[in-house]
Amino acid sequence: MATIELRNIEKRFGETYAVKPFSLTIQHGEFVALLGPSGCGKTTTLRMISGLETVSGGTIHLDGANITWQKPGYRNMAFVFQFYALYPHISVRENIAFPLKAEGMAKSDVYKRVDEVVSILRIENLLNMRPGKLSGGDKQRVALARALVRKPAAFLMDEPLGALDAEYRESMRAEIKRLHLSTNATTVYVTHDQVEAMAMADRIVVMSAAEVQQVGTPADVYHAPANLFVARFIGSPGMNLLAGPRRGEKVELPGTGNIYTIPAPQREVLQAATPEGKNVIVGFRPEAAMLNEQGALTGEVYATDMLGAYKLLHVSFDSDTVVHIRCDRMVSHPIGARVRFDLDPQQVRFFDATTEKAIGPTQSAGTAPISVQAANAQEKAA
Amino acid sequence: MTSSAQANVSSPVRAEKPQRKQMSDMTIRNLFIAPTLLLLIAMNVFPLFYSLYLSFTNYSAIARKAPVWVGIENYVNILTDPQMWQYFNTTGKYTLLTVSLQVVLGFALAMLVKEKFAGSGIVTTLILIPMMLSPVVVGLFWKYMYNPSWGYLNWLMGFTNPSVAPDWLASSWARKSVPGLALFAVVFVDVWMWTPFVMLLVLSGLKAIPDYLYEAAAIDRASSWFQFWRITVPQVAPLLMIAILFRTIEALKSFDLVMGMTGGGPGDQTEVIAVNLYRKAFLGQWQTGEASALAYIVLIIIIAISNLYVRYLNRLREG
Ligand SMILES: Nc1ncnc2c1ncn2[C@@H]1O[C@H](COP(=O)(O)OP(=O)(O)O)[C@@H](O)[C@H]1O
Ligand SMILES: [Mg+2]
Repeated sequence: MATIELRNIEKRFGETYAVKPFSLTIQHGEFVALLGPSGCGKTTTLRMISGLETVSGGTIHLDGANITWQKPGYRNMAFVFQFYALYPHISVRENIAFPLKAEGMAKSDVYKRVDEVVSILRIENLLNMRPGKLSGGDKQRVALARALVRKPAAFLMDEPLGALDAEYRESMRAEIKRLHLSTNATTVYVTHDQVEAMAMADRIVVMSAAEVQQVGTPADVYHAPANLFVARFIGSPGMNLLAGPRRGEKVELPGTGNIYTIPAPQREVLQAATPEGKNVIVGFRPEAAMLNEQGALTGEVYATDMLGAYKLLHVSFDSDTVVHIRCDRMVSHPIGARVRFDLDPQQVRFFDATTEKAIGPTQSAGTAPISVQAANAQEKAA
Repeated sequence: MTSSAQANVSSPVRAEKPQRKQMSDMTIRNLFIAPTLLLLIAMNVFPLFYSLYLSFTNYSAIARKAPVWVGIENYVNILTDPQMWQYFNTTGKYTLLTVSLQVVLGFALAMLVKEKFAGSGIVTTLILIPMMLSPVVVGLFWKYMYNPSWGYLNWLMGFTNPSVAPDWLASSWARKSVPGLALFAVVFVDVWMWTPFVMLLVLSGLKAIPDYLYEAAAIDRASSWFQFWRITVPQVAPLLMIAILFRTIEALKSFDLVMGMTGGGPGDQTEVIAVNLYRKAFLGQWQTGEASALAYIVLIIIIAISNLYVRYLNRLREG
């Protein structure tokens, strides 16, 4: 069992915040990804959970017990370092045995346990090698084995695939996921790769500039981003974001004649949230646009990317507004052609132009929150 | 503009080129190497082989007689002389004591100095000073420090009456003989002088250990003791071995400190091999032949020991 509860934890280095106060409850067996660009405080957060870094404020609880000031080794959490951190002077077998020997387990039991872990990760053939001779992927397997060997209640992984070649990445991703499902250990996984986070995590914590931006399921952060940062950061390309003044139930988007009518269910909320005539931001994913000769919105094809399964149209509304539209791979439009399209009303999101926050719900339809408690804690901290 | 200026400069050079006979790179290289090579041959290579030859003769540098070939007689004499074995024994003790103390103290000092504290830079520099002094000077001033009547050391230890105080270099205490005291006194000075050297190498080894290894160990619940033996020591081992190798070689042929402080005395209590070698070669009878043989025996011992170390070092490296 390992339910990890972070209560208003924060980290300052001198005067600057590496992590601004936030709260989060990670349920037993949950796979949570900390996602954000480099330098946003992901590693620092993970190190605070592990105890390698002290907190500047707030408390950390494991299954209800306050572990804020407990030493790293005694939290029953394993840490997988970004650059493996294997002991270079001993063999793979001894590396994996290290945590067991450090706690003084009897030798015969140590190697029995090592063999178990080794067979789970299928690294029998590496046992007598030194870490220096291994490939990146194998190093990471050994690091995982070392983390696994003590049967920790939680895994903390800091960009475990960050240093791997693209070809290993996908298979290691599957391997980690498989490991998680078979051990059912609570996992906190740091990554700057949104594809990785989306593919692996039950919940994603999106961070930017030392601040938690949103906590939600992959569907939440994708379909109902809490703010413009999340909207841009998740997805590739990110969400299309168009600003324009709201007049009544219409928004005047850039370009000539691009009048967007706010879908009926959202009119009331939007009218309450933005003053008449002031800017509002309309957001939609590339796949929310549907080409349609009678469509309300129009622009000029600026470029087309053939991406195999589908095609991505870059459509310019005016000189500095380009939106991305996903369409069938068979559709062909010459550069410069004028296209018209509509937006799927279910998939359109609105954002406040000044606060950059979402107007309306930040949970995607049809996904129940995994933890109401977590969402509440998040709101309290915000 | 620039390019035309360059063209003006370069064209006369090009015109001159075929006329002047240029030295080839090879010739220049050889000219640079030659002085060093000649010096090496004159000062190192020739004496090395000449002394090997002399070690099989009864030559004496002050006798006006040509060397006479005596075969391995010199070697046999040395290796069957119980007194020589005692000198070897003294040298061995001296080496073992100095090197092990230097390793333990050097390691401890390095661990202390590694931590950043106010003035740690100054402290490190101060610790290094003994190593930079000339051994003869060190020998001489420690001789004064040890002086039973007016030496600083006895005064520090609270002895004011020389007749009850230790006379370190004479191996006596309150006029009674304490065998081994002089050897310990010399060992102490060698340790004082060369511990900084071990510290320096260990320190550079310690600083090269990445922090993440200790973080991984902290996660793995390793105690400080476990971390020290399973991470710190093995990580520093290659550099430590080099320090030990250097110090062992130096201790086996140590001469200046001992000569400066005791000259091998009292009696022959501190007569290490190098001192005896000096005595054989340049004092009394000038037994150049036998001294050469002894020098070769020391050389062979040192080469053998170095080889063991280097092999061990390589094993550490490739593992
Ligand atoms: N030991 C430290 N001292 C000072 N600043 C630090 C330290 N560790 C991290 N930081 C700063 O904290 C911020 C967050 O760092 P980090 O958590 O490593 O980001 P991420 O893992 O998301 O790339 C960065 O701006 C970094 O410079
Ligand atoms: Mg990081």
